[in-house]
Amino acid sequence: MKPIHRMAVNLGLVAVGAFGFGFALVPLYNVLCAVTGYGDARALRQISTAQPTQEDETRLVTVEFLAQLPTVGHWEFRPVVRSMQVVPGRLYSAEFIAHNLMDRGATGQAIPNIAPSKVTAFFHKTECFCFTPQHFEAGEQRQMPVRFFVDPALPKYVDRITLSYTFYDTQVTS
Amino acid sequence: MAHSEHADHAEHDHHGPAHGFIQRWVMATNHKDIGTMYLVFAGLMFLIGGAMALVIRAELWTPGLQFVDPQFFNSMTTMHALVMIFGGMMPAWTGLANWMIPMQVGAPDMALPRLNNFSFWILPFAFLMLLATLFVPGGAPAGGWTIYPPLVVQGGANFPMSMFAIHMMGISSILGAINVIVTIMNMRAPGMTLLRMPMFTWTWLITAYLLILVMPVLAGAVTMVITDHYFGTTFFSAAGGGDPVLYQHIFWFFGHPEVYILILPAFGVVSEIIPTFSRKPLFGYESMVYASASIGFLSFIVWAHHMFTVGMPLAGQMFFMLTTMMIAVPTGVKVFNWSTTMWKGSLTFEPPMLFAIAFLFLFTIGGFSGLMLAITPADFQYHDSYFVVAHFHYVLVPGALFAIIAAVYYWLPKWSGHMYNQTLAKWHFWLSAVFVNVLFFPQHFLGLAGMPRRIPDYATQFADWNAVSSIGAFGFGFAQLLFVWLIISCVRGGEKASDHVWEDTHGLEWELSSPAPYHSWTTPPSDAVILRGTTGH
Amino acid sequence: MLRKTGIPSALVATLALLGAAAPAHADWLLLNMPEGVTTMSGEIRSLHMNVLLWCTAIGVFVFGWMIVSLVKFRRSQGAVPDTTMVHSTKAEVIWTIIPVFILVIMAVPAARTLIKLEDASNSQLSIKVTGYQWKWQYEYLDEGVSFFSTLDRASDAARQLDSGVDPNSVPNYLLSVDNPLVVPVGRKVHVLLTSQDVIHSWWVPDFAIKKDAIPGVTNSVSFEVKADKPGTYRGQCAELCGRDHGFMPVVVEAKLPADYAAWLAEQKQAAAQNLTAAN
Repeated sequence: MKPIHRMAVNLGLVAVGAFGFGFALVPLYNVLCAVTGYGDARALRQISTAQPTQEDETRLVTVEFLAQLPTVGHWEFRPVVRSMQVVPGRLYSAEFIAHNLMDRGATGQAIPNIAPSKVTAFFHKTECFCFTPQHFEAGEQRQMPVRFFVDPALPKYVDRITLSYTFYDTQVTS
Repeated sequence: MAHSEHADHAEHDHHGPAHGFIQRWVMATNHKDIGTMYLVFAGLMFLIGGAMALVIRAELWTPGLQFVDPQFFNSMTTMHALVMIFGGMMPAWTGLANWMIPMQVGAPDMALPRLNNFSFWILPFAFLMLLATLFVPGGAPAGGWTIYPPLVVQGGANFPMSMFAIHMMGISSILGAINVIVTIMNMRAPGMTLLRMPMFTWTWLITAYLLILVMPVLAGAVTMVITDHYFGTTFFSAAGGGDPVLYQHIFWFFGHPEVYILILPAFGVVSEIIPTFSRKPLFGYESMVYASASIGFLSFIVWAHHMFTVGMPLAGQMFFMLTTMMIAVPTGVKVFNWSTTMWKGSLTFEPPMLFAIAFLFLFTIGGFSGLMLAITPADFQYHDSYFVVAHFHYVLVPGALFAIIAAVYYWLPKWSGHMYNQTLAKWHFWLSAVFVNVLFFPQHFLGLAGMPRRIPDYATQFADWNAVSSIGAFGFGFAQLLFVWLIISCVRGGEKASDHVWEDTHGLEWELSSPAPYHSWTTPPSDAVILRGTTGH
Repeated sequence: MLRKTGIPSALVATLALLGAAAPAHADWLLLNMPEGVTTMSGEIRSLHMNVLLWCTAIGVFVFGWMIVSLVKFRRSQGAVPDTTMVHSTKAEVIWTIIPVFILVIMAVPAARTLIKLEDASNSQLSIKVTGYQWKWQYEYLDEGVSFFSTLDRASDAARQLDSGVDPNSVPNYLLSVDNPLVVPVGRKVHVLLTSQDVIHSWWVPDFAIKKDAIPGVTNSVSFEVKADKPGTYRGQCAELCGRDHGFMPVVVEAKLPADYAAWLAEQKQAAAQNLTAAN
């Protein structure tokens, strides 16, 4: 192969690599989120490996619960209590109610989110209905628990955390 | 004074252009023919994109909806951007690269002529497809040129067409960039060392690397949007655990270098024109090269300044604010070098110089507003307002576009062999320079006062400056018809241009006869010729 | 020969042109960022003014330099080029270092403000804002009050293509809604933003707040309207969200705490009545 052709091919390979890099940005983004703990939505959907430790009784943090309804299907989805005051380091439990208002079975998945996003790394869930898709029979209503604790290392200027779930009918994705 | 030793015998060695439209143009492999086709195509797209801009400004002339439906208005803003960026600016630069790079480095042609033909001919098909979306049910894409999901998937029939068109444009520019790099790295005349290359070739080399690195990333983002829509992946769909913000990160990882792809060759052109008409070598040639390279590098680490409002963590906001501010340093070096080149020169004001000087002033204004936009807390106010519209139009219109116009005025006599009507060209300059400011300067005020971008109708307190801006738009638009007429009449005939065209030109292209022979530098220029050319810096 | 008198003279000419047809309410003086009414908006504006002044100063210097060259070194004035002037390491180091210093001077206060904006503690009220194509939903989380906010009817009628209604005859054309968001002054309000469909952006220029409402993501931002600044503040959706992106204004009424309490009680009562009526 002539040198100019070899170089052209090599540059073409660089372009192909850059195309791959575009896709690599997807996991890279998640890794970056995980390393910094900022807005790592993926970690929120998994069981936290952290264990509740030293409780910090010197302060209380407000945890708010938000529920976003699906745009597809007909559901009721809401937290049982709107908010609670928690002691960092102590394990708490909260419940959400999901109700399939349709006359057919359906599957939904709740996508969790924390605001402000920088707090994500300090919010640990030991149990959550959001880890897996949930199947509901026609008209079925269920209370779904989430067990969590707030890391005592939470920055002092944060006194309010919002845990929000967007409940998607999996019909949307399929 | 102009003696074109090589041009003469080049004419004897080779045949002229092939006869017949298909042989000469469709099967073109000559870099000058392909360059011409790129430039004509770009000119056509500038006119189409300009007409869309006038639809926008006509609708925005007064409050209330007078002419178009909001959906069509959104199509116009989206299509105006896509046509101008991918159809106008980028092909114009590629056309100039095709014409000038082989002539500037002493090469007989581009390294890969058939690839060159292919990368041009993709474009008309890509844009036929893109423009055809105007006539499909639901109309043309209307989600903005940034094609943010989830809005973009509401596109309907235009969605697959515009996505495919963007893929084709991307392939075209990647192939064009590969050709530029291979040509510059392999085809330079012996003696034309890298640090003897003219600035236009230098900046294009950096541009070509940027293109190869980021156009595929755009292709990746577009591909993910397509698979999300048709194949059930959930890269950007929140319903499946994806993240719409991730799309913006990937898009702007392409998008910010893309801005420099549009402006770096402009730096090169201005760096050639200012010395010529100052009759003085470019000040700080090497620092210009390094400044261009560092701008290219910095462009990869500033992307998220386009998305300060998405709710980024503090550390991210800080990082992108600081890196963005740093771009002011190499850009400042360039502006200072250009100013110093004029200092103690002997200035004359031919049309290319006029446009280059306007570039200097007005691009700097765009740079200032860019610096302001970097200040994250203030950006919360500027973001997605008309202030941003004013900013990037200052950078792209009196910035990149003026540089393209300056380049055409500078090299057109070399291409056609004729001098154009300089008095008329000066009229073209003054009309453009005045109206471009009438058009874009008031948009700063509108943005600061709270007018969002991409809206077809606005609150009445924005009426006054919008009317001024629209007057500027029509003035600027119609002034460009003068440019079209000047080019056509210059190609058809006129006063014979000398080989050096301008009084004090340096560089290999000026060592050729005017018009440049169909096959130039078939034997490489001698060292003496090269050295004579590089005294420009 | 080339002086930038082009800009002002062109503006003057255009102004004169428009002067004849100038509407009764001239808003030529709407040129700058508003001072705003929240505890942070003034600080953000002064950052803006600070950078603007620096840019103006640098502009005077750089443009002055260029203009002197353009005037003094013209060949028509007999200027002879100094072709030995090709490079000066000293000059290039100077004009690399000095801008860095200026940038640091700009960056420090900006970083400070950014850190302050992060502090969302001690908020007394939590409101969830949801973007829809093309309206906003406001939910007072601790009060159980919730409503939609859409473009008011007068604006909506006037904004139709060829409606024949003069926008100048509509009060606050495109900037008024049926149900504005109501907040108390002097209290820190915590806003949670999300979207039900595409990305929107909630912008109130007087609050110096613009934050994206993104589907599947909850963003938060907080603000406090100064105690002496009750009033109605108007903004718009800032992120292209489809056909009627230009027609989903954000209107916030900041009331004195007592008035706010009265308004809230009324809303709760209305909500309760609706509930009984429904049952």
